[in-house]
Amino acid sequence: MTGLDAAVLVRPTRWAGFSAACHSEWIKFRSLHSNRAALTGAAVLTVAIGALLAMATSSHFHPGLVAGQAAWDPTSVSLMGIGVVELALAVLGVVMISAEYPTGLIWVTLSAVPLRGRLLAAKTAVFALVGLVVGELLSFAAFAVGQVVISGSAPTASLGQPGVLRAVAGTGLFLAVIGMLGVAVGALVRSTTGGVAVMVALMFVLPGLGQVLPESWRDPMLEFWPTQAGGQMLNVAPQAHALGPWAGLGLLVGFTALVGAAAAARFVYAES
Amino acid sequence: MIVVENMSKRFAGAKAVSDLSFVVRPGVVTGFLGPNGAGKTTTMRVIMGLEAPTSGRATIGGFAYRDLPVPLKAVGALLDARAAHPGRDARSHLAALAASNRLAKSRVDEVLGLVGLETVAHRRAGTFSLGMGQRLGIAAALLGDPAVLLFDEPTNGLDPEGILWIRNLMRDLAAEGRAVLVSSHLMSEMALTADHLVVIGRGRLIADEPLEAFVARTSTETVLVRTPEPNRLAAVLAGLGAYTTTGDGMLEVVGVEASVIGDAALAAGAAIHELTPVRASLEEAFMELTRDCVEYAAATALR
Repeated sequence: MTGLDAAVLVRPTRWAGFSAACHSEWIKFRSLHSNRAALTGAAVLTVAIGALLAMATSSHFHPGLVAGQAAWDPTSVSLMGIGVVELALAVLGVVMISAEYPTGLIWVTLSAVPLRGRLLAAKTAVFALVGLVVGELLSFAAFAVGQVVISGSAPTASLGQPGVLRAVAGTGLFLAVIGMLGVAVGALVRSTTGGVAVMVALMFVLPGLGQVLPESWRDPMLEFWPTQAGGQMLNVAPQAHALGPWAGLGLLVGFTALVGAAAAARFVYAES
Repeated sequence: MIVVENMSKRFAGAKAVSDLSFVVRPGVVTGFLGPNGAGKTTTMRVIMGLEAPTSGRATIGGFAYRDLPVPLKAVGALLDARAAHPGRDARSHLAALAASNRLAKSRVDEVLGLVGLETVAHRRAGTFSLGMGQRLGIAAALLGDPAVLLFDEPTNGLDPEGILWIRNLMRDLAAEGRAVLVSSHLMSEMALTADHLVVIGRGRLIADEPLEAFVARTSTETVLVRTPEPNRLAAVLAGLGAYTTTGDGMLEVVGVEASVIGDAALAAGAAIHELTPVRASLEEAFMELTRDCVEYAAATALR
């Protein structure tokens, strides 16, 4: 063992190695000004846009319309700005990995954490936690602000009503899973532009295009489209042609796990 | 120490490195020399576990890189001077690396001081000059106080002061008993830094020997002789075992020393107008050695 003394040969436990990798990734995440700025901006916009949309929507509220139309769901109305933070988490998730490639930083990272599965798991875990905390904070904030705005012109929701706490807290969960999907796509694509394009297509463009399909195609497509299905969490009232909130989130989690497995296969087994 | 055994690496059918074997010993600076594209970076990446070899293996203290219990305490590497996120400050860059291997936080400030970056520790790496980036990369390599160090072309793009600093640093690290592998495509650089040379060309080992042995083996002395009677003097010198080429009143003599040529010319009564010993530079010796191995040689060699 020329040159390597005994202290170097003490192997930390798997858990210690993983938590050290997580600590490292957390330092990396929080030390980037761009991450803090993106999340702060997304937070302000999410709440502000949510409040504006809630104001606009609730101003059209007519008690007489309720019986014949979809139920008035003040919870989902207050959560309409969530798309902004959803996009921010998707992009930052991609960047967790893709940003390390252009500079070659990934090779420095891999020389410190050579077990690639461990590195990918640490990045995913750290960003899932970031997504969960940010997601929960913002969904509760958007809900609270939204109800104040709505209260001027329409009935509001409270967390005590059936399904409301599930919807608000579940929205935070949904956002955390979107962030994890972003990390998986980042590991798969390894390019910021490519990864962001994939995420935007998945979350906004393709479901948007789906709207113009004939009804017999559109309804099943949107029902089982993973990000649309996960988004059912935002609704308190059940929707037509849509999975329930937990089934929908389950579908998104399954899809994320699938993309994560493909990403892990490429990241761990494909060389360089 | 680093042991590379019968290592080959193939990329999409093309062989980058063929059956390469060498050892990097502690206590000396081993120069890893070869023209651009010879496979130096590929070899270093295989040692670092960043590429899997097609066959053979590379180990550090008996371990494959990925099996090292605490990688940064065993090996420090500078592969790319720009390998830091441009938006992250130097201290956080190092703190994240230290955390990944549970190194003491105090090491971050220690290595920042060691490379002279303590005053810019809070600045983003994107604002650094090439030389500062290089120092940050070296700080990262030294973070775990490793027994083995790898530097890939560390002096590329540096000013003379930076080059001198890196040269002394590598010599100091070796003097502390560490194994140091430094790649370069400049023989002149290696002549000043390395104790031992591993020379490769087109992925194959060309030489693996101490620097002095390499120098003695490869540098030949030529004597330029200007004389009005080149043909007569050439005949005399040929009798002494010299190899001469003539042209334009000049003789290029290989194999005998200048003093011998002078004596021979006096004895033969041949006038001599100039007698100049020319030692082939190490750079020329190296170019001679790797001439067949340069990937894209200029059509007309510039000499």
